[in-house]
Amino acid sequence: MKRFLTCVAVPAFLCSQAAAVEIAPDAVKIDEMKVSQSLTGATGNAEEGAKVLANRGLGNCLACHVVTPLAKEQFHGNVAPALDGVADRWSEAELRAIVVDAKRVFSEETVMPAFYSLEVGINVRKDLAGKTILTAQQVEDVVAYLTTLKGSK
Amino acid sequence: MKRLSVLLLVSVASISGLAVMAYADPVDDTLTIDDREMIIRAKAPEGHPFDEVLSGWLFRESETRATEADSFANPGMLAVERGEELWNTVDGSMGKSCSSCHNDASATMKDVGAHFPKWDAKARKPVNIEMKINDCRTERMGAEPYKFDAEEQVALTTYIKHQSLGTPVQIDLSQGEMQSWWDKGKELYYTRTGQLDFSCASCHEKSMGKFIRADHLSQGQVNGFPTYRFNTAGMVSLHNRFRGCIRDTRAEMPKAFSDELMALEVYVTWRGTGLSVETPAVRQ
Ligand code: HEC
Ligand code: HEC
Ligand code: HEC
Repeated sequence: MKRFLTCVAVPAFLCSQAAAVEIAPDAVKIDEMKVSQSLTGATGNAEEGAKVLANRGLGNCLACHVVTPLAKEQFHGNVAPALDGVADRWSEAELRAIVVDAKRVFSEETVMPAFYSLEVGINVRKDLAGKTILTAQQVEDVVAYLTTLKGSK
Repeated sequence: MKRLSVLLLVSVASISGLAVMAYADPVDDTLTIDDREMIIRAKAPEGHPFDEVLSGWLFRESETRATEADSFANPGMLAVERGEELWNTVDGSMGKSCSSCHNDASATMKDVGAHFPKWDAKARKPVNIEMKINDCRTERMGAEPYKFDAEEQVALTTYIKHQSLGTPVQIDLSQGEMQSWWDKGKELYYTRTGQLDFSCASCHEKSMGKFIRADHLSQGQVNGFPTYRFNTAGMVSLHNRFRGCIRDTRAEMPKAFSDELMALEVYVTWRGTGLSVETPAVRQ
């Protein structure tokens, strides 16, 4: 349904290309700690999201967060609160905002990186300049996975 | 209460098979090397963000700690031996060795390493031991300067720093423009770099004592450098470590001995004021 709406808003020939409906990093609106619209226009894949969470070259969320359902992955850090039951505490739109840019949800002071923002630190490694840590698709996959983390076990 | 939560964590971890570390605070222990007790906790100097400065040794696992405590087991002592050999080796066009001028390092270099970086009036900037070695090589020996992280540079630095084993770190900020380099270093310490947007403080101040993946975050003190690292089975120089930490923020790395890293060295050395020199410390 959402996809349909997006499609009528843009010329039909662009609709087949995912990039055409993707929200660019500097166009993401965070209102009241929420990003309500999917960055890709579609729901992410939770299974892929779990991989992004664990992968050290992608989300590497486990560097800082314990996630009990991902216990088979080694070495969960404890810099940050465990993500167990996180979907009971935050809505999907809030979780998306946290992953996009935690600084705009918690505070400027947070150590959590902004995964879909270009407002990052100085002297970014040259080959990464102008790139976000995660793609829009990966953010959606992570969000889809986070929404499964209900009930603290 | 703390004990209770630790126990809970352990039992949760063993049920779920999670690789959560059982204990995340620095250990309560003492470190004695060659019959000399090291100062591994010291009252922080005024204006320091912590009340107490802590040696990185306190954050390592028991085997790593035991290896540092035993000079016969410490693989870093091989670098000390190699440094001694270089100290006595003639090199360069003037036919001199370090010992030609400085004689017995155990006397002439005693406690010297605990007070670097120092203001260098001629260069008009702070210099560290590595730079001082290159200075003597080029100016007084007619020898080539060592390239950054050359095996000889690391070994000689380790040897010289080891002559201060146990001596508290204390640098003189009243010399020359040391204070403005300290200011610059402090600014850099709190500047977020790279795509991951971390400053030194994100890890070594805000997250000190926590685990980031498998790494127990210390205060990032410099008193053990050059250190022996098990991971790479070799010695690691301070600027190598700085560069590694900066690389991990996904930033371009400043050059070794650049003004940036020297300012950082001045400031971070000050943050460890009062801790014993532990060179060669042993790390994971
Ligand atoms: C370097 C550390 C770090 C990394 C990496 C990190 N986070 Fe966080 N995260 C934090 C901190 C710290 C907080 C708590 C807020 C605060 O204190 O700033 C947090 C909070 C959260 C919260 C809210 C938790 C709650 O219970 O309220 C969510 C959800 C979250 N992070 C998701 C993620 C995801 C998903 C990733 C990876 C894509 C990730 N984080 C990577 C440090 C990190
Ligand atoms: C020809 C004499 C000579 C030789 C050879 C020489 N030095 Fe020096 N060195 C000096 C003098 C003089 C000073 C003190 C003046 C200065 O700090 O520049 C000094 C200072 C130093 C200092 C600083 C001491 C302090 O208290 O601040 C270190 C460290 C040092 N030398 C190491 C070495 C090493 C290592 C070698 C061999 C690679 C070496 N020197 C070779 C003459 C020499
Ligand atoms: C993303 C996290 C992170 C950041 C940012 C970071 N470090 Fe580190 N640093 C580590 C880890 C992990 C270690 C190894 C464990 C330890 O000793 O804390 C370490 C170790 C060190 C050590 C060696 C401590 C010892 O006892 O051997 C020094 C010195 C250090 N860091 C300085 C810095 C400085 C200076 C900066 C900023 C330029 C910095 N670090 C930024 C994670 C970080």
